[in-house]
Amino acid sequence: MDLSLSDEQKQLQEQAERFVRDKYAFDARRKIAATDRGWLPENWAQFAELGWLGMSFSEDDGGYGGGPIETMIVMEQFGKGLVLEPFLPTVVLGGGMIARSGSKAQKEALLAPMIEGKKQFALAWLERQSRYNLADVSLKATKEGAGWSLSGHKGVVYNAASADHIIVLARTAGSAREPKGLTLFIVDGKAKGLSRRDYPTQDSLRASELTFDKVSVGADAVLGKVDEGFGVVEDGVDRAIVALCAEATGCMDAINAATLEYIKTRKQFGVAIGKFQVLQHRMVDCFTNAQEARSMTLMASLKIDDKDSVVRAKAASGAKVQIGKSGRFCGQSAVQMHGGMGVTDELSVSHYFKRLTMIDLMFGNQQHHLTRYSNLAMAA
Amino acid sequence: MDLALKPEHQAFADEVREFARKNLSPATKEKTLSGKHYDRDDHVVWQQALGRQGWLTYTWPKKYGGPGWGVTERYLFENVLAEEGAPRIIPFGVKMVGPVIYTFGTAEQKERFLPGIAASTVAWCQGYSEPGAGSDLANLRTRAVREGDHYIVNGQKTWTSYAHWGDWIFCLVRTNTEAKPQEGISFLLIDMKTPGVTVRPIIMLDGAHAVNDVFLDNVKVPVANLIGKENEGWTCAKFLLANERLGIAEVPASKRGVGMLRALSDDPSMAERIADIDLQVQALEMSELRALSTMALGGAPGPEVSTLKVRGSEIQQRIAELAMEAVGEYAAPYQPGMLFHDTNETPVGPDHAPPAAPRYFNMRKTSIYGGSTEIQKNIVSKMVLGL
Repeated sequence: MDLSLSDEQKQLQEQAERFVRDKYAFDARRKIAATDRGWLPENWAQFAELGWLGMSFSEDDGGYGGGPIETMIVMEQFGKGLVLEPFLPTVVLGGGMIARSGSKAQKEALLAPMIEGKKQFALAWLERQSRYNLADVSLKATKEGAGWSLSGHKGVVYNAASADHIIVLARTAGSAREPKGLTLFIVDGKAKGLSRRDYPTQDSLRASELTFDKVSVGADAVLGKVDEGFGVVEDGVDRAIVALCAEATGCMDAINAATLEYIKTRKQFGVAIGKFQVLQHRMVDCFTNAQEARSMTLMASLKIDDKDSVVRAKAASGAKVQIGKSGRFCGQSAVQMHGGMGVTDELSVSHYFKRLTMIDLMFGNQQHHLTRYSNLAMAA
Repeated sequence: MDLALKPEHQAFADEVREFARKNLSPATKEKTLSGKHYDRDDHVVWQQALGRQGWLTYTWPKKYGGPGWGVTERYLFENVLAEEGAPRIIPFGVKMVGPVIYTFGTAEQKERFLPGIAASTVAWCQGYSEPGAGSDLANLRTRAVREGDHYIVNGQKTWTSYAHWGDWIFCLVRTNTEAKPQEGISFLLIDMKTPGVTVRPIIMLDGAHAVNDVFLDNVKVPVANLIGKENEGWTCAKFLLANERLGIAEVPASKRGVGMLRALSDDPSMAERIADIDLQVQALEMSELRALSTMALGGAPGPEVSTLKVRGSEIQQRIAELAMEAVGEYAAPYQPGMLFHDTNETPVGPDHAPPAAPRYFNMRKTSIYGGSTEIQKNIVSKMVLGL
């Protein structure tokens, strides 16, 4: 048992801190969010150059042999800066799933260029009716010669507009909510029959609604095995959840720091409002919540490579419950303690609040993961 | 970074488990698992066994007789013992006054007091709180006036756990009434057999006798029993409290509590509430491990451990609350015989019913003792957040 960062990991942390400090000041982020893509290619190129796009992949896959702790370190800093570049969909979700389940040809064609910064991905799993159920999929893939034809709808697909390839969860067999009978397909982002409706999200990211109208793909587009995509996507999402928890931890640190600074300087009744015990104790509760979020994120990051999928699932769900709880507490408290300023667009606090709120909803909220964890713990 | 246990740690855990199975009396273990009260011998026999093994002082540095364990061994030791149903180690000697003596005491004091603590042949209690000095501890009034080679001590201590079992009491006493409250306090060791020391029981809301008033009436204490310098006792007091707050989170016992909750409730509506407390325990455990591994790199526990105490007490309370809810109306029958005495009587209601409500009532103390939740938040607010 060892909970200290290695020298290389400390360097990575400093590097990521520096990136956020240099490139993600509040106004700079606003400008990035307003660009066409919603993120900056020069930043992405820098990620590639710094080795961040390959750090968590094995050397066999062309990466640098790191793992979830490296992802955690970088994501936490991204949370502090509310970084907009699509690291989660491209590297953690897309890259991760391809590395674990892709064929040799897929890894060569997709993973290697991704690590060089030349390809981006998106994961299309959600549908209008799915809510948090990963298996609630009705987009259909039917056999078409040697390949497949995809028809149906996918929603809130983050980074779809920038993605070179979209990984699509489709039903190839079974009934509406059955985990069995789902298959993942890697679809070209510009495929014929694929149309997009793009929009910004509450927290200044980009997502799209996708319509698939008889989109044809070859047999080599299948990621993993036919009818057995559910396990792959569930595992991929669990790992993404852990990365997301690290991002949330960074958000909480930043929103707490901003609030602490605010209550030390804002004066009412002739004193800094931080002199009032009711605010002091609330601030301590924020601090404690962030500590717990960090602890659970670390726990999950240390367990998410476990051989046992139940251990991984419990770790991800357990951390997500904490993040939901702590994120809501820190977010709402920060807004409240900022008073009227907290509900404006002008300070960073509302932006962190919005991101923390969306993080809770992503891949299942606190209640969803509490139920999932409870069921897994009871079954054990 | 790694959570995995190395083979030698696995072997260590096995060794601790085997020791517990050989040395922990089945009757004591049964009391732990069924929520009954221990008597003095349950603690003494067990702690002396740990003492003979050299494990009672597991948190001490090697040069004072500690086993020299790292964070992992400490973690495993505490967890395995809790799983095996061992009573918690009474902290006043080995976790509180011991470290104060080896940190601030003279060579002679170390030689005189540490062996009895390490062997658990001398029982200690803590003379901190007073009727007028609870959360505002520095307001304490117990007066020690120097007369030659002695202090004459007068005053009253209260909430003194196990004073009725104690051989010695470590006291905060006022030696200077002119200075600022924190600057006139000294740390004094008092033999409970000294004339003028009187113990009066305080019965708690669950019917148990664990705490007492201690009256000090012209008690003559040798100056040789002063730890540290006169009027610098507050330094010892703060050092002790920070140590106290770390272990007070009681994570291993709470883990055992979660396991017991799962075993005794088949009500599906309870499952998610148990899952929620299970996760809170995990978060607390990980936070404590992070604090310990920072300490392993050198350094005393910082004021942020106050948050562990706050959460730890909330969690213990919540577990007791859920256990009572699981019992339902059978928590109502008051059955002190089932809690305090060995008995062959069958309980009214399920086996786990008799201690459920008393334990819930009793656990309210956790957010009050050792510095109340509100005081801990004041500490973090001032020391960590700079408010």
